[in-house]
Amino acid sequence: MPVLEAAGLSKHFQARRGIFGGDHGVVRAVDGISFTIESGQTLGVVGESGCGKTTTAKLVLGLEKPTGGTIRFEGRDLQGLDTTGRRHYRKSVQAVFQDPYASLNPRMRIDAIIAEPLVTNESLPAAAVRRRVLQLLDLVGLPARAADLFPHEFSGGQRQRIAIARALALSPKLVVLDEPVSALDVSIRAQILNLLRDLQAELGLSYLFIAHDLAAVAHMSHTIVVMYLGQIVESGDARTLARAPKHPYTEALFSAALPSHPDERREEIILPGEVPSPLNPPAGCRFHPRCPHAMARCSREVPMLADVEGRLVACHLYDSDTSRAPLKIEVAAK
Amino acid sequence: MSSLTPSSASYEPTQRGRSVTTRPLLEIENLSTHYVSSRGTRVVRAVDEVSLRINVGETLGIVGESGSGKSTLALTILRVLPPAARIVSGKILLEGEDLVEKSDAEMRHVRGKRIAMILQDPMASLNPLFTIGDQVAEPIRVHEGAGRATAWRRARELLKAVRIPSPETRVTQYPHEMSGGMRQRIVGAIGISCEPRLLIADEPTTSLDLTIQAQYLNLLRELQREHGLALIFITHNLGIVAKMCDQLAVMYAGRVVESGPVSRIFNAPAHPYTEALLNSIPRMSDSTQRLTAIEGQPPDLAALPPGCAFAPRCTKAFDRCHEETPPEFRSGGGRTARCWLAASPSTHEDILVRSGAA
Repeated sequence: MPVLEAAGLSKHFQARRGIFGGDHGVVRAVDGISFTIESGQTLGVVGESGCGKTTTAKLVLGLEKPTGGTIRFEGRDLQGLDTTGRRHYRKSVQAVFQDPYASLNPRMRIDAIIAEPLVTNESLPAAAVRRRVLQLLDLVGLPARAADLFPHEFSGGQRQRIAIARALALSPKLVVLDEPVSALDVSIRAQILNLLRDLQAELGLSYLFIAHDLAAVAHMSHTIVVMYLGQIVESGDARTLARAPKHPYTEALFSAALPSHPDERREEIILPGEVPSPLNPPAGCRFHPRCPHAMARCSREVPMLADVEGRLVACHLYDSDTSRAPLKIEVAAK
Repeated sequence: MSSLTPSSASYEPTQRGRSVTTRPLLEIENLSTHYVSSRGTRVVRAVDEVSLRINVGETLGIVGESGSGKSTLALTILRVLPPAARIVSGKILLEGEDLVEKSDAEMRHVRGKRIAMILQDPMASLNPLFTIGDQVAEPIRVHEGAGRATAWRRARELLKAVRIPSPETRVTQYPHEMSGGMRQRIVGAIGISCEPRLLIADEPTTSLDLTIQAQYLNLLRELQREHGLALIFITHNLGIVAKMCDQLAVMYAGRVVESGPVSRIFNAPAHPYTEALLNSIPRMSDSTQRLTAIEGQPPDLAALPPGCAFAPRCTKAFDRCHEETPPEFRSGGGRTARCWLAASPSTHEDILVRSGAA
């Protein structure tokens, strides 16, 4: 059963310039994306800066309001929720961020940090809160005495454990992991990734895992979504997608991933140019100016996500395989 | 000061006849750099008895976690250390000349001219108030005494060399008008502007996106080929080493714990730390496997454990590891390892103990 379903989700920002500047167009940070997070599974989101993965995380966390589309949590539309429903949603969806040096208040003791969500959301007696904090510390592999210390007394990896403990305090269903290991030392990353997988197995958590390290995403995820300039270009089973990407962008992205062994030789696709400004995305397929396989129609027609061998790919290259679907633009993104 | 002329004279022949010389381009011997607190009570051995060498046109990767001393090592080579740091011992031989012995004035002719450096954050290495042209032209004017017009012409050529589109207009623009990838290319252009022999890149692609990183690494490789550059990559990313480097030095707690040719180390790491590091990286091919994590935390450099610094986290540690610091053992094929296991009797024949030098 899906925990969370997004359909045609969009977030457009009005771009302004200067103090008196009027509207200068719209940044389509997230533009009509749909995805599903299954219970107890991990959805990995990959893409380069500006592709909209962090905005997607913010939309899921309710930190940004979508300008279009819907998010359904356990079958219910978020927009239709009353106050109680919204509170329940916020408790059920928690986050762990990239930098555990910035995400923990240096002036609070660890037990206060971990207890904060409990104190604000549930009226528990102090003893029960303390018991829960100790239980959470144990869950993330920290000693009980950590509760009385301050964040500066911990290393990066231990801080990230504290941030995870705080995220788990309210027994959430879904945890958004936005680059949870990229600020950590290499020798510590595996500890945290293992911990996250253990917790998932133990507590049946769902993850929305966002990272630029493709190998880490492939390692952690059941399903991967590849984003480019606010849109999904490919999605599917993590292992098959990582092994045999279909969309030319996914292909280039995974070929750009660094090898794990010097003898590992694979074809390198070096994309020309850089990601264009989301303020003025290219017409047609947004990837066509950098695409090595671009055809004439790529600059005119927006490719739709379509089933290609059990995977969703938005690329005209695969159109001929299926019976040429009728041309749909924009609206069909739902 | 008078040694300036002989130094540049001895530089000439090696530059011309690169293949003739067998001397390594850069040879570091027993180098130690310590940070000493103002009262002299706290000593941090950031770089401790490090020996390394790099040949002309070669790429050396220096891998380590934060606090392993890899960046301090780079700063020591360039002699741009913060005031609290002291070079306690050792030699840095650049084409046979010891950089440790050089005066500050002499070092100014080495930095940017013979050794250049690329830092992690391109925005911090570029001055926001000067045009790109000014900044790329500056080292050419300073080191080669070129006039403004000549230097700017060279600057345009360099921007073209680092694949900046329409360099004619870009030279008059400012750093904020460039993307991250372009800024890092410009820093690269500044780096190669005076045709250095050695380019030190400290985490040059950490701030870049994957496809831009691939572009940049390819660019560095092409520049290396065209200019016969030796490259030192300082990174925490073993993937960059696997892709780019010929030689590898793994640092842990200020020491080089293992060094040697990249493929040999990846195939058969000699030091348990290297082995654990290689096993802890997630791989695209086997995503179901549990990662082998390294337990514990990197040590505090001001309070290192006795014996081997990695021993408390090492799965193979035995009594001796906790008592005695292992010296650098050298085995065949230019490999070294600071581990008692590398001195096991079975392989004793081909091991030369270098503790005498340490």
